[in-house]
Order: sequence, then structure tokens, then C-alpha cells
Amino acid sequence: MAQTRGKRTRTASRRVEGWIKPVEPEFETIQILRDDGSYDEASLPDLTDDQMKELYEWMVFARILDQRALNMQRQGRMGTYPPVGGQEAAQVGSAYALEKEDWLFPSYRESAAMMVHGMPPELTFLYWMGREEGAAAPEGVNVFTISIPIATQVPHAVGAAWAARLRGEKKAFLVYFGDGGTSEGDFHEGANFAGVFKAPVVLFCQNNHYAISVPLERQTASRTIAQKAVAYGFPGVRVDGNDVLAVYAVTREAVERARRGEGPTLIEAVTYRYGPHTTADDPTRYRTADEVKEWQERRDPIMRFRRFLESRGLWSEAQEEELQERLRERAAEVVRKAENYPKPEPTNMFDYMYAELPWNLKEQREALLQELAERGEAR
Amino acid sequence: MARRTLIQAINEALRQEMRRDDRIVLLGEDVGRVGGVFRATEGLQQEFGPDRVIDTPLAESAIIGAALGMAVYGLIPVPEIQFDGFLPPAFDHIISHVARIRNRSRGRFTAPMVIRVPHGGGIRALEHHSEAPETFYTHIPGIKVVIPATAYDAKGLLISAIRDPDPVIFFEPKRIYRAFREEVPEEPYTVPLGKARVAREGNDVTLIAWGAMVHVALAAAEKAAAEHGWSCEVLDLRTLSPLDIDAIIASVQKTGRCVVVHEAPRQSGFGGEIAALIGERALLYLEAPVVRVTGFDTAMPYFTLEDYYLPSPERVLKGIAQVMNF
Ligand SMILES: Cc1ncc(C[n+]2csc(CCOP(=O)(O)OP(=O)(O)O)c2C)c(N)n1
Repeated sequence: MAQTRGKRTRTASRRVEGWIKPVEPEFETIQILRDDGSYDEASLPDLTDDQMKELYEWMVFARILDQRALNMQRQGRMGTYPPVGGQEAAQVGSAYALEKEDWLFPSYRESAAMMVHGMPPELTFLYWMGREEGAAAPEGVNVFTISIPIATQVPHAVGAAWAARLRGEKKAFLVYFGDGGTSEGDFHEGANFAGVFKAPVVLFCQNNHYAISVPLERQTASRTIAQKAVAYGFPGVRVDGNDVLAVYAVTREAVERARRGEGPTLIEAVTYRYGPHTTADDPTRYRTADEVKEWQERRDPIMRFRRFLESRGLWSEAQEEELQERLRERAAEVVRKAENYPKPEPTNMFDYMYAELPWNLKEQREALLQELAERGEAR
Repeated sequence: MARRTLIQAINEALRQEMRRDDRIVLLGEDVGRVGGVFRATEGLQQEFGPDRVIDTPLAESAIIGAALGMAVYGLIPVPEIQFDGFLPPAFDHIISHVARIRNRSRGRFTAPMVIRVPHGGGIRALEHHSEAPETFYTHIPGIKVVIPATAYDAKGLLISAIRDPDPVIFFEPKRIYRAFREEVPEEPYTVPLGKARVAREGNDVTLIAWGAMVHVALAAAEKAAAEHGWSCEVLDLRTLSPLDIDAIIASVQKTGRCVVVHEAPRQSGFGGEIAALIGERALLYLEAPVVRVTGFDTAMPYFTLEDYYLPSPERVLKGIAQVMNF
């Protein structure tokens, strides 16, 4: 029999093919503010005028800080920095949907989201200046540490969310990652756990179309990232990541679902990064200036939202000027605080390795102190 | 001869080997279109096309797992892992399969591949971008571990690694990717795996190092001679597994003293293995215990403190003084 295995003899009456059909789930991209700034009154989220203006301020502040960071990097006052520019709506809109007691798990690009959820921006600056002191949020700010290894934060957030559920708390956990992140096992394993254990987690993918130089088509053969949720048994949704109101509305619903015990949601926010991947990257090698221009000129999240505010009589040129001036001053203050932070103690590297230092670390710490003394660097 | 940086030598080795043998394929994150984040594979996709220089999805485990499949199926994959700190997701495939497939299949399947990984600190990088994980890999039977310290060796060792029938992890000291230029022959040549190099001859102390630390050891040897009149021999191991035991023992028999330098943490670091071997095989030649000058047993600190962490020529000199004054 072995010789005939795999070979099919066709008989007219037999159905030999047609069992396998391509599956193409459809995921529309949710928008509230259309590219041209128009919208339907009925789809606006339940936000007061002041809250709308607050969303706008956060986005503008994020962009100003981003510019400061990039300038500082160029001047050698900061290390490698991954800019947020272009992704302000995706980050601000999503983080704004959290309550203070909810938790946010960032990757390295979420400077804006972290700030909205209470992370003092001077600490984030300090982090990018190569200082451990900037890694941890102050007590009471529910922001986890930045995860550099791609997608590792996904299972962490799922575990924390699951723990909260086991402890009978009603909190939501929002975890960020990029389109590239969805290629890692940790994304898939984390999503699967989230589904199985109904973890109160929101998996938030900022699809900015590139993982460093690698375009989205090289990350996945599926048409959307949102559809990956289907396989894990929970809802996925695709949203215009440059529409701050849509991002807010969708995330808010996902957060409330999580809090009600209805389990995880995957959100794909379609957006674009204007700048390099990090300051060490040269994006002109893998994308065209026209492509960047298209996003900057036609889909800029801040411009779109400003037009919306103006159309509702909530914003004026004078307010814009006042805001820019005020936020520039605040940004300068952020930089001052970060740069005037007390100098790091070299022995800091030992102090948080264990609750109690083992002998070898104690010895090495002593040796370092002695070396510093010999070099006249004793403090 | 042409004057080349270490990374240019790597690029040239890859290019020349790919021209010689069309079974060789490169794969990894950002290796194709932009030629790698350090540009080690620059221009290679243009020359060999996207089926031989492959930008993969972002997944180290699948990069190495798929490379294993390619290798057993007749290709010679040269996967790149973008940074030392992102090898861990691939560890399972390396330890469970890449290193064992020859043995498990009783020689039917083999995994000739070279896993290229930028190595070490000193470039003011982010967390997880400055690790020195070689010891984890020297501990795995079935793979070879190579790390050049010069442009000449980078080219010759990489070509040897690609031609080797067994899997090799090829660490590239990123701190010296562009630190100097040296004469490198334009034609392909090999530097044998498993052979150390005497980077400086001396009689009083043997300094053993690899990768970027070879240059720190050389600077320390210079200082030791100038400030104390001590004569240091510097041994650049080049291959950590299999180790050139003969070169180590011969040098220690000559000098009677040994200082091992590595940037990885001290505990269970590769320096411990070297000290044990010397103790087992050359104890009676020793004038002093083997001293290790290493990174601390801490996480690699963020870059503002990395210079306090990494062994410096001054620290190595202290180690030399310890064995000289024992
Ligand atoms: C496990 C791991 N592999 C590789 C890297 C190097 N790396 C840093 S960012 C990046 C691309 C990430 O792209 P994406 O997930 O789309 O997020 P984005 O940077 O676009 O926000 C890569 C490959 C890493 N940090 N972690």
C-alpha cells in the first residue's frame, strides 16, 4: 500500500478538492474623526469639553517633549531615544481610557502613554539618559517598567491581570507592543493565556507599519493584526490610531469589558512613526519621503484633532499660542529636573540586585568603593 | 591588502563565502534591506537577492529554529541575532536542538550554521544591548563558540566557522566594530577554530582575554611594562569552545602567573573554567593563584555607569600586581 499513499485516483463522482477555503475575516478600521475632520455627532465619546482639551494638551505636550529629547540626543545630552512623533493619538487616547488604579505595561516607545497615566516625564527622560533611577514609576503610579526585549511585557501584563482577578479586584491592565512584537512567541503565548484565563487585559498594538526597517508585510501574512484575536477566542478590533477619539472610545470599551470580567481584547491601532526607529536609525534607507509626507500632511493626529476642536468652537489661535508657550516652559522644566537629578552613585548597580547582598557582591562593592577612593572619586 | 575595520572584515567574509557557496543564506531582523543595524550585511541583499539575504519577522526563536531546519535540509544558514541580549528567546533551539541534532540523529542530520551575535558593552547602549553571554554557550556541548579581537581574525575565523561542519556561535565585539583599521588580505583565507593567538609576548604574567577585552589587556600590559617593568604575555583565545588548552598551559608554564579578563560577571564566568584547567594541569608551575578581572556579579548597569562595570586597563593592572606581589 505504501506505494500508492499520497496519490489520488480521480473518479468523477468523488469530491477530491474544495474542502479547504481561504478564510478572510473582515475588520473595518474604526474612525470617529474622518481624515478630513468631519464626524457624526452620535459617535462622539462621552467626554466633556474640558476633557477633549485635555486630550489635545497631552498630545501637544508629547510632541514638544519628543522634540526636546531628539535635540538633547543630538547634543550628546541623552542616549539612544525612540521617538513617539506621529503616534500621539494612539498613546494618549488609549492611556486616557484608564482609571488611576488600572495598570499600564509599556514597551520602550510609550513615553506619551506613560506620562498620561502619571509617570513623571522627567523620570522617562532620565531613563533615556542612561539612568536606572528613571526606570521605576513612583509609588502610586501604576506603570510597570519599560520592557526592551520585544513582547516580553505581554505575558507579564497577562499574569498581573490574572492575579488581580484571582485577588478579586476589578482593574484593567493595558499592555503596549508594536506590529513587530506580534511576531514573537511571547505575544502569542501571552494572548493565549489571556484568553484561557479570561485575564482583564487589553492588548494594545500600535501598528506603525515598521519594525525598525522591516515592513508589516514581512511580519505577518494576515491582513490585519486585529484578526489574530479570533484564534485566541476573544474580540479584536482595528482602529484608526491617528484618531484620538476613536482610540479613546475603543480602549475605554475594552477596559470596561476587562473590569466587568468579560476578558481580554486585542486592539490594533493603525498609525505611523514619523521619525527614525531610534536616534541610531536612518529611515531614509527603507521608506520614501513621500510616504512620510503623506502621513504627516494628511493624517497628522494633532492637526486632525485641533481642527475638530476648532470646528466646535473649543479652540482658537490665541489658545494655541498660550498652550504652546505654557507647554514649552513645562518641557524646559522637565529637562531641568532630569539634568539636575543628583549624580548616580556607581555602587548603585549593587544595591538592588537582592534584598540582601550576598558575600561576593559585598566584596565587589567594597572593591569598587576602594577604587573610587584611590581615583579621588569618593563621595 | 586593504585597511579594514572589524565589521568590514566580517562583511567581506560573508560576501566572499556567499560567492563561493550558494548554499549559504543569511537571515535575521533588518539584515537585508538595510544591511543590519550595525551594517554587517550591508550590500549583500543587493548582490545576492532577497532569497539569500532574508529579512525575517521579529522572532529569535523561529530564526534559529528555522535555521536548524534549513541546515539539516542542505543549506548553510548564517542567522544574525541583533544583540547579545536577544539571544535568550533562541536559547531553547540552541541548547535542545542545534547543539544536539548530530548526536540525536546518530550523525544523519547535522546543523552547519553560524549564529552571528554582536557582543558586549562600551557603546552607551540601552538595557539588554551590552551583554556578554558567552559562558552560557560554552556550557553547551555540541556547539563551538568563537570571538575575534582583530579585523584579520574576524574575517579568517568567520570563514572557518562557515566552513565548519558543526554549529558555531560567532560573537562580534561591537565596541571595536569600527575602533581601528588594520591590514586584511583581500582574498579569502581561514584562521583555524580552536587556536589561540599570542597577541603580545612576555615572561612574567599571562593575561588571557577575548573579544574587546584583548585590547584592554594589551593596554594593561603596556602600563605594566612602563610603570613596573613587568613583562606580560597576552593570549587572545579567539575560540572559547573548543578551547586551545595547549596554548594556555604553555604560556602559564612559561610565566607562572595568570590573570583572566572578561566583561561578563565573575561567578560561573568563563574565567573560572580557565582557572580550574590551569589548576588541574599546571599547578606546580604557578607562583600565584589565577586572578580574575571581570564584570561585577550584577546586571550590566545602564550606560552612565557602564565604565565602572567594565574591566579597565587600571583594573587589570591591579590584577597583575596581585599575582606579581603574591
Ligand atoms: C527580543 C528582541 N529582539 C530584538 C530587539 C531589537 N529591536 C528593538 S525594537 C525592534 C523593532 C520593534 O518593532 P515593533 O514591535 O513594530 O515596535 P516599534 O519599534 O515599531 O514601536 C527590534 C527588532 C529587541 N529589542 N528585542
